[in-house]
Amino acid sequence: MSDAIAQRQGSVLVTGASRGIGAAIARALAREGWPVGVGYRSGAEAARAVVAEIEAEGGRALALPGDVADPTAPDELFGKLESAFDGPVLVLVNNAGISRDDLTPSLGDEEWQDVIDTNLSAAFRFTRRALRPMLRARAGRIINISSVVGLRANPGQANYAAAKAGLIALTKTAAVEVARRGVTVNAVAPGWIDTEMTADVARDLLDAVPARRAGRPEEVAACVRFLASEDAGYVTGAVLTVDGGLAA
Amino acid sequence: MATVTSEQVQQRVVETLASFGPDADSITRESTFEELDIDSLDLVELAQVVEDEYGVVLKGEDMKQLKTVGDAIDMIVARAE
Repeated sequence: MSDAIAQRQGSVLVTGASRGIGAAIARALAREGWPVGVGYRSGAEAARAVVAEIEAEGGRALALPGDVADPTAPDELFGKLESAFDGPVLVLVNNAGISRDDLTPSLGDEEWQDVIDTNLSAAFRFTRRALRPMLRARAGRIINISSVVGLRANPGQANYAAAKAGLIALTKTAAVEVARRGVTVNAVAPGWIDTEMTADVARDLLDAVPARRAGRPEEVAACVRFLASEDAGYVTGAVLTVDGGLAA
Repeated sequence: MATVTSEQVQQRVVETLASFGPDADSITRESTFEELDIDSLDLVELAQVVEDEYGVVLKGEDMKQLKTVGDAIDMIVARAE
């Protein structure tokens, strides 16, 4: 059924792919033979470096600037990818995310809204835009990068946690709506991964991780690579935690 | 916009519905979507084809009112004018 996936008859879009987990996912999927759209907002230089790295390995990639929270972004980014690589986007990885931490009693409206807009509403709009050609192709993979804090409380992250838990509900609902068309929708919930975003997380948090270490972006990318593959055709609506046992 | 005839729309609608499973010969104006086993996701896809071809935007609410293939054709033709 998912010949289009096996034969790479399209491209991949990874949002927030200039660094961290997103960059690792873009590299991993490029190595699988996919042409990859490297979405980014501010890290133009870093995004170009990811593209250069992929091309140096013989892969194909395109840097795509844009703020995912802008409602016009999905059409713009998909349009560029569809014409650059001549075919539908068959794999969408909604990875772009921001955090604006504060304890709930002092969390501002703007901090709340910015995080919901970027981490949740944007993922919905990108998913909606992706589904149309995927339904026609009778093939597709949508992978939403959620977080372990969508499953397990982390003080100071009410906005981030609400958005990430919302992503899980979006994932499950979309998954059952489109399952009969060969399109799968899954979520990956990373725990503490060593990236710029987690650089100032208190080290004592490590004690809560059964594996007693932070994860690597490549370990998250490996799970995304599986969910994007033809082998994962019967996995849909799932939440795969990559957290060293934190949510167990 | 060029005038769209009912025949043209019928042909496109039947073709699209047939791609969802039912035999094209079994699809008439009087067929109900229920009889044809056309579900809500099929109707969403039909609406997308219609939007791309005729620029007619059919929302979920519009689609819900449609019972037969003829209902859909008539709505598309009326809105395309």
